[in-house]
Amino acid sequence: MNHLEALPTWAALLTAFFLVLGAGLTLIGAIGILRFRSFFERVHAPTLGTSWGTGAILLASTICFSALGSRLIVHEILIGFFITVTTPVTLMLLARAAIYRKRTEGKGEVPPRSLLRLPDRPASTSTPPTV
Amino acid sequence: MSRLLPYPILTALLLMMWLLLTSFSAGQFLLGGAVAVGASRAMAALQPSRPRLRRWQLLPKLLGIVTYDILQSNIAVASIILKGSRRKRAPGFVAIPLDLRDKTGLAVLACIVTSTPGTAWVEFAPDTGVLLIHVLDLVDEAEWVSLIKHRYEGLLMEIFE
Repeated sequence: MNHLEALPTWAALLTAFFLVLGAGLTLIGAIGILRFRSFFERVHAPTLGTSWGTGAILLASTICFSALGSRLIVHEILIGFFITVTTPVTLMLLARAAIYRKRTEGKGEVPPRSLLRLPDRPASTSTPPTV
Repeated sequence: MSRLLPYPILTALLLMMWLLLTSFSAGQFLLGGAVAVGASRAMAALQPSRPRLRRWQLLPKLLGIVTYDILQSNIAVASIILKGSRRKRAPGFVAIPLDLRDKTGLAVLACIVTSTPGTAWVEFAPDTGVLLIHVLDLVDEAEWVSLIKHRYEGLLMEIFE
């Protein structure tokens, strides 16, 4: 924190821009969780934070510490990689639990399992039935 | 493939990562080495299939396409959230028959679909290869099927199969 005066103006501006962008996207994602009404809509909101929300904050960090010349930028790449690789695991667990529950309730809000057992349809003309 | 070090490259990479994230010292080397050896033996217990990269030179192209698409859908989903319920949306499920069978390729596709705001990977049937995704703003189903199939799956099949 103490050497930030040494940061050139252009780097400070870029850092601030990406930091605000990333934090803003993450905030919008959080607002989305509040605003959406169903589980499968809500699932989409946090992905703002895990994609460009994270990406922009990491970019800001990269620019800042590269301009200061204090260390290599591997940390940011690793953080981005781990977030990208681990997000699907959580999301699939939640989504499959939700779809299982909805099917058990049997209110017809989600497509039945049998939809996935149909033989392959031609891709170009297919408009598979959804509920 | 010795019994002590089933994945020498993975072990070396893990140790490198440990040292980069902490500091280069003898103590961290020992600690990181122990973690790396333990993790690679845990990996061997999972018996993963060996991923094949048939055309790795296409990876930057895939990364570029995905980065651009994620940026676009970030803007789209952010505007949907900010506009609230003033505009009528139609969220829904889309079933996509996939031809991709390679496990690594499917894992990468899962990362892409999940990282893209507006699409969520819900279910995949390995026997028929049908993938079920949820789309936040579903306008045209055929368009989504064609997007996944042509924009990502084709490229992934070229890289991994």
